[in-house]
Amino acid sequence: MSNLLSRYADAIFWMARYVERAEDLARVLDVTETFSRDSRGGQDWRSILDLYDDAPKFFREHNEATAAAVIRFYTLDDRNGSSILSNIGMARSNARTLRPLISTEMWTQLNIFYNRLRALGPQEIAEPRLARFCSMIKEGCQTHTGITEGTFYRDEGWCFYQLGKQLERADQTTRQLDSRYHNVPSSPDEVGSQVDVSRWNALLRSAAGYHAFRKIHPRGMTPADVAGFMLFHEGFPRSVAACVDEVGERLTQLRSVYNVPGATAAMGRLDDLRGLLDTDIDGVIEFGLHEYLDRVQQYLNALSVEIGRDLLGHAPGPHSA
Amino acid sequence: MNEVAERTGLLADYDAGGRYCEMFGPPGMQAPVPHTEALRERLTRMSLEDLRERAHDAELELYNFGITFTVYTQKDAIDRILPFDAIPRPIPPDEWQTLESGVRQRVTAINRFLRDVYHERHVFSDRIVPPDVVFSNPNYRPEMEGLEVPFDTYAHIDGSDLIRDDDGTFYVLEDNARCPSGVSYMVENRHLMLRTFPDLIEDQPVRSVSNYGQRLRAALGEIAPQGIDDPTVVLLSPGTYNSAYFEHIFLAREMGVALVEGRDLVTENDRVFVKTIRGLQPVHVIYRRINDDALDPRAFNPDSLLGVPGLFQAYRKGNVALANAIGTGVADDKALYAYMPRLIRYYLDEDPILPNVQTNLCREHEGLQYTLDHLDELVVKPVGEAGGYGITVGPHATKEELEHCRQQILDRPHNWISQPMINLSVAPTLVDGGIEPRHVDLRAFAVTGRDTWVAPGGLSRVALRKGSLIVNSSQGGGSKDTWVLE
Repeated sequence: MSNLLSRYADAIFWMARYVERAEDLARVLDVTETFSRDSRGGQDWRSILDLYDDAPKFFREHNEATAAAVIRFYTLDDRNGSSILSNIGMARSNARTLRPLISTEMWTQLNIFYNRLRALGPQEIAEPRLARFCSMIKEGCQTHTGITEGTFYRDEGWCFYQLGKQLERADQTTRQLDSRYHNVPSSPDEVGSQVDVSRWNALLRSAAGYHAFRKIHPRGMTPADVAGFMLFHEGFPRSVAACVDEVGERLTQLRSVYNVPGATAAMGRLDDLRGLLDTDIDGVIEFGLHEYLDRVQQYLNALSVEIGRDLLGHAPGPHSA
Repeated sequence: MNEVAERTGLLADYDAGGRYCEMFGPPGMQAPVPHTEALRERLTRMSLEDLRERAHDAELELYNFGITFTVYTQKDAIDRILPFDAIPRPIPPDEWQTLESGVRQRVTAINRFLRDVYHERHVFSDRIVPPDVVFSNPNYRPEMEGLEVPFDTYAHIDGSDLIRDDDGTFYVLEDNARCPSGVSYMVENRHLMLRTFPDLIEDQPVRSVSNYGQRLRAALGEIAPQGIDDPTVVLLSPGTYNSAYFEHIFLAREMGVALVEGRDLVTENDRVFVKTIRGLQPVHVIYRRINDDALDPRAFNPDSLLGVPGLFQAYRKGNVALANAIGTGVADDKALYAYMPRLIRYYLDEDPILPNVQTNLCREHEGLQYTLDHLDELVVKPVGEAGGYGITVGPHATKEELEHCRQQILDRPHNWISQPMINLSVAPTLVDGGIEPRHVDLRAFAVTGRDTWVAPGGLSRVALRKGSLIVNSSQGGGSKDTWVLE
């Protein structure tokens, strides 16, 4: 199709975001279950609620952030719009809309994946089986990514797919970093203690970055090194810098190869973001990690809004009836 | 058993029960019809378990591919497949030739009639059809009066429902000249057959139906506004919640055109545009799968959110073509149906190639009296409904149902017709108890731009419930791959 409908561009962008979100959620649940439990017990389940700003919503229906309640909330709870089931459901619904555009394999996989999830009972997400459940989610999402990479026609649609995916990924990385940082005890005695290291360890693992980190930092693990790695390391596909690079490439492609006029304004927001990232971890710590992450998120958000307005048709254009 | 010929394997116990069978031919024949021999032989080599297992795989594939229609309940959206029966329904070349020319003749007459109704109206002055049959039909669109359409084609996409009586004669049961659906199943059933039963279809002289999308795209290109060499065609759908959404996807993909919803289109200076990431782009032809009254809230139902404000004005000005044209619903009404043989003679000076089922119009005194006198023998249908709703099958109805039906007819006679019970032919069908006869019909699809093309195949719908004559998907029907043989 030579002219991509704005509505389709929007559906592609969000399909990619939903799948990325589901995958990241599975990573976070998996790592919390596997690597964090012996430190402070059930406390860690509460931290996931903070990570996604979901505590108010969660406590409307639950009294306590027990493992079982939090896990259910984020996995199979169809009333929670940010559960894995909801995210895959929305991705599938977008894929259904996009069927004229995407490959049959892309649609079929999401359709089967969603139907399989929907058929799961509570025993499938009980703590002993959670790791298996998370593997299944990660595999499902990665299968989607692989099929998309291998079958999705490379035109404007592909650019929007990548924009959605990379923006979501950058957002997830900053959230995880911020949340873990917040949970690090502020008392200097505890920094570098067993609890502390296990948290940073978990953070790296949830982003599948532990082994990559070890390549660069064979010994030791300081919060600054981990944060620097997750923010700036360009070889790490989940670092904010790598995601923003990819966003830049796709926006450039939309503007110069596909002559999409709206990409220009988004490029402006991207330049702001790049300027912000043009520093190193020492500069960040001086500025304050939390404050810095906050600003990165604001800029990511501003870029998303700009893409939504100018490229995906969220605001009425000059000609709309 | 009617057939004398020996049977082994899968079809050994099959008994068509005195009905005309699509696989074995008329009852009482000495030997089964020869054109199905190769198919029968291949089926014979298959075990029931194998057939069942592969039929199951085929249905699973439909589900996984999302070749489904959606049923909405208060709580859930349930994706249902149209059950696929693995045993194909063959049609021999000579029979097809008759069906093809019969459908073409019918479509030609329908288009001539529509042209006449919205322009010269000779059909009324020559007393062929009483005017109120047309003007009392809510699908009559006065907005179309005097409006020219390319090639005088109104029903670009038409579906003819064909049935076969015990003696093997094909009849036209119904014309569908508005938004006939089902063509995606014609093609997908064939693809499914090729994937899951390659050994059944391999080397059989079955005519291909897979170019339907290209034929349709070509016809839609022909009706583009004058001076547009490379028209932009779109398919306008009510959206993902429509039960036929899969078919819309299918057709958009097959034609390589954009699948749009009303909110994707805008009008400006009586032209239609689609909202793209590069701004508004012109649209020249719309294959619309939404009803007339929902097309344009400015011209028709003001409450419709599915349509495009200003679309009708753009259409009037000839800046955009619509397929089907607006107002075709006056031609596929069950009351007008009764006049079709007369219309064919009137417009084409030919005898109908495919007969109508004899139809009694309750609007006429004679028809009403006959219907009321023979209620328990007749099939009574409301004129305006589709999808098998509101039908009373006299011989199968209880006393209460017949009484209810009588009351309904007496309340609004012009709303009802009756027809003799046609038994419908059967075809061997895989059901829980093995392979048994089930009633089938056939929907044939015609595409008309400059000329009419009839797809060499169709949708064979099968009533999966034993003895049932109602094949509609909403009433427990399934479908079969239809093999038009060369």
